[in-house]
Amino acid sequence: MSKLAENGWEKEGLTKEEYDKIVDLLKRKPTDTELGIFGVMWSEHCSYKNSKLVLKDLPTEGECVLQGPGENAGIVDIGDNQAISFKIESHNHPSAVEPFQGAATGIGGIIRDIFTMGARPIANLNSLRFGNLNNKRVQYLFKGVVAGISSYGNSIGIPTVGGEIYFDDVYEGNPLVNVMSVGLLDHADIATATARGAGNPVMVVGAATGRDGIKGASFASDELTEESDEDRPAVQVGDPFLEKLLLEASLELIKSGALIGIQDMGAAGLTSSSAEMASRGDSGIEIDIAKVPVREEDMTSYEIMLSESQERMLVVPKKGKENVVKDIFEKWGLHAEVIGKVTDDGMLRILNDGNKVAEISASLLADEAPEYTRETKKPEYLRTIKAVNREKIKSDNFSEDLLKLLSSPTIASKKWVYEQYDHMVMTNTVVGPGSDAAILRIEGKNKAIALTTDCNGKYCYLNPYRGGAIAVCEAARNIVCSGGRPLAITDGLNFGNPMDPEIYWQFKNSVQGIIEACQKLKTPVIGGNVSFYNESPKGAIDPTPIIGMVGLLDSISEQVTMDFKKEGDLIYLVGKNIDELGASQYLKLKIDKVDGIVPQLDLDLEKRVQKTVRSAVKEDVIKSAHDCSEGGLAVTLAESCFENGLGINVDIDEPISDEALLFGESQSRIVVSIAPDDLHKFEEITVSNSVPYMKIGTVQGGEYKFNELINLDVGEMKSKWETAIEVSL
Amino acid sequence: MKAGVVTFPGSNCDHDVYDVLSKIFSFDTDLIWHQKRHLNNYDLLVLPGGFSYGDYLRSGAIARFARIMDSVIDFALAGGLVLGICNGFQILLESNLLPGAMKVNDNLKFVCKNVSLEVNNNKTTFTNHYREKEIIEMPVAHGEGNYYIDKKGLNSLIDNNQIVLRYANQSENPNGSVENIAGISNKKGNILGLMPHPERCSEDIISPGRRDGYRLFSSIVANLKAGGEQIG
Repeated sequence: MSKLAENGWEKEGLTKEEYDKIVDLLKRKPTDTELGIFGVMWSEHCSYKNSKLVLKDLPTEGECVLQGPGENAGIVDIGDNQAISFKIESHNHPSAVEPFQGAATGIGGIIRDIFTMGARPIANLNSLRFGNLNNKRVQYLFKGVVAGISSYGNSIGIPTVGGEIYFDDVYEGNPLVNVMSVGLLDHADIATATARGAGNPVMVVGAATGRDGIKGASFASDELTEESDEDRPAVQVGDPFLEKLLLEASLELIKSGALIGIQDMGAAGLTSSSAEMASRGDSGIEIDIAKVPVREEDMTSYEIMLSESQERMLVVPKKGKENVVKDIFEKWGLHAEVIGKVTDDGMLRILNDGNKVAEISASLLADEAPEYTRETKKPEYLRTIKAVNREKIKSDNFSEDLLKLLSSPTIASKKWVYEQYDHMVMTNTVVGPGSDAAILRIEGKNKAIALTTDCNGKYCYLNPYRGGAIAVCEAARNIVCSGGRPLAITDGLNFGNPMDPEIYWQFKNSVQGIIEACQKLKTPVIGGNVSFYNESPKGAIDPTPIIGMVGLLDSISEQVTMDFKKEGDLIYLVGKNIDELGASQYLKLKIDKVDGIVPQLDLDLEKRVQKTVRSAVKEDVIKSAHDCSEGGLAVTLAESCFENGLGINVDIDEPISDEALLFGESQSRIVVSIAPDDLHKFEEITVSNSVPYMKIGTVQGGEYKFNELINLDVGEMKSKWETAIEVSL
Repeated sequence: MKAGVVTFPGSNCDHDVYDVLSKIFSFDTDLIWHQKRHLNNYDLLVLPGGFSYGDYLRSGAIARFARIMDSVIDFALAGGLVLGICNGFQILLESNLLPGAMKVNDNLKFVCKNVSLEVNNNKTTFTNHYREKEIIEMPVAHGEGNYYIDKKGLNSLIDNNQIVLRYANQSENPNGSVENIAGISNKKGNILGLMPHPERCSEDIISPGRRDGYRLFSSIVANLKAGGEQIG
């Protein structure tokens, strides 16, 4: 054994109490390597020690769920013995110090999670948050992240089909980069990350191991400071070409039948993959790190165990099938080396050229991390929130306000971004970026899937519980607006420092909101990611629980897009307008502060609104559907005009203020257009679902007319909306 | 009809074009591994889009040394039909099967969108189902599509009617290519390289109302069925 560690726990991100617990469990002091292993395995990133007890109440079961949380990614059934595997993951801290590689390796990591389940990745979505785009540093981060996504995603040949981007000061020093990947597989090909059967070989495949990304998991579990730039070596470097080869080789290996289990080497590299695989199979694993292919000289056992070099996997084949693995990987020009074996003693045993450097019970590392119930305290700022003073935000020019909203970066078209992403490769993209939800056909079948990510962080800041619930509802609404049936979600939970009782209160309440909405809408959570410590010297980010959702279209013919199709079509609003302006983008425009009371949410109404639109889609009466969100009804209608350059004549008589009618962000509202012939059929559907609705106007001409308040040329609006981001860079 | 699609490490549109050839046009289609030496009797070879060998040195620069390329070059020089799409076009340039070179897009960014193209020469095996000067639409998706050729070479292309597709005008040109060039052929007309992706707009479901890529493949099929005689 190497020298004993003394007071080394802090360096490994552990507390004194945790160190004492380790000594207690081991009944001795840990070695340097062992302490490093505990440091990453018991980091928040790997152990969820601060979130587990809150997350356990998330609904994870449902008819469609084939694999819930606990594996590399969850899986849902889509019929015909086919399934979809999907998951969202964050790469916030790496992207804050090295935006290009941070974002690129974020994609690489989540893709590996999907193909280790046996699924071929068929789509990626990105949920991004940045500070104010006028800030030079923010522009650098924004451009770097987009370039990183573009470089990695395009090269590997997986289309980037959707996502969302918000800009707000709270993300200035700590941007969010959450990536959702979605894969398609047959039930028969489902793989697991389990090590079983004493004597079966353990192999490392893919790239050689270097010193990059050492302790990235610990880096992710700390706040960003002025000195974080010094952590740049903790950011890994991605190689999409190598990942493409690894993807093809791994899928070929899974099909070969030679496999017991396979796991991505992500956070905490060889350490977490071996401990987790052993723990899942109630087995032990013994590896000799001298056998791991390395690309640098004189790497210590500590470095090899904790490296986060990208594009590597840990594989357990059946004994005697080592050459099957080698042949497949050799064909793709990749390493495949036996580095150890599965044992039946439950221990993770690390040898260095035969000498033991670490020996720890695998389940101790993977499952016995401490679980904390952190202190909560209702944030002070919530005590002073009150309705906004309407006098201060009166509009004297509604047309101008609408133009300003359409050219604000959060609402403006993200074309500048998504034109840098290949969103068409694999030729399944029926509806791509810029829509409510992306739609992909399932090749050879009549069905399709719909994909979206959603979260309004401001809502979650001002009311974490309702904000969490709204994120789920909006995701479901986007799926419904695209013609799909919501199936399940993955959650990317981004928060500040969990040791701060006010932050923990935000976290707990946001999750509670997600739980209630998921139960109501019957969309279970099949996996996700927690990212704490999203803070910079200026403070914590807004709580941002991003919801990634997958929906199913029974027939591709049921697809719906947001754009108005034909002059003369009738425009309806399903849902109701409420006299509220709290938390809206309109407030940001008027007083440069998003404040006030978050829009009401009635989950029963939400459900009925979605059911109504779904029924109408099934009856084939919906020609367009668009969810009402940031910017309110006025922006929603404008966005529906743009694609085909069609105008509208809208006339609404509501006993609420003009500002709230145009720009209020009341929930559970969907704007649809229908052919005049379908009027009775449509109204019958709404009545039978006892849902509020109103006819608000018609599609006509090339001008946007809303009551007597707004009169604008659609072409002018579109050009402002489409070029705003490029202009501000 | 037999078609072969070469898979280089890093190719990522190989399956897309395979599907179009085999499912829509009923080609007996093979994916050909880059390490093979010999080709079967193909009527058409396709070098697909993607990032062969990561495109790390320069697009197509490493792929041209792949073991299969000697056979591809022999096939092309013997008059076999060769279609290079996107990365495939870049490989054809690097292999000197087509003249000119490819530079990084003039705005230095990858671009993926639909663009309007003008069919400049509809008298090739690949394009005779289009009308002359017809404006069509196809997607592009590339970071290095800025086609360049010197003055002399350009004159030769023009004199021999080798400019097959152009971006419809300057504002449709996504990369800054010389003369808005989007696709060129060799003098003989049996080799076509183009940046746009016809395989991404050959089916109504993913390209509603504008299957302009379909006719590129249907032109090839019609010519093969007519006995391999080149038109024009």
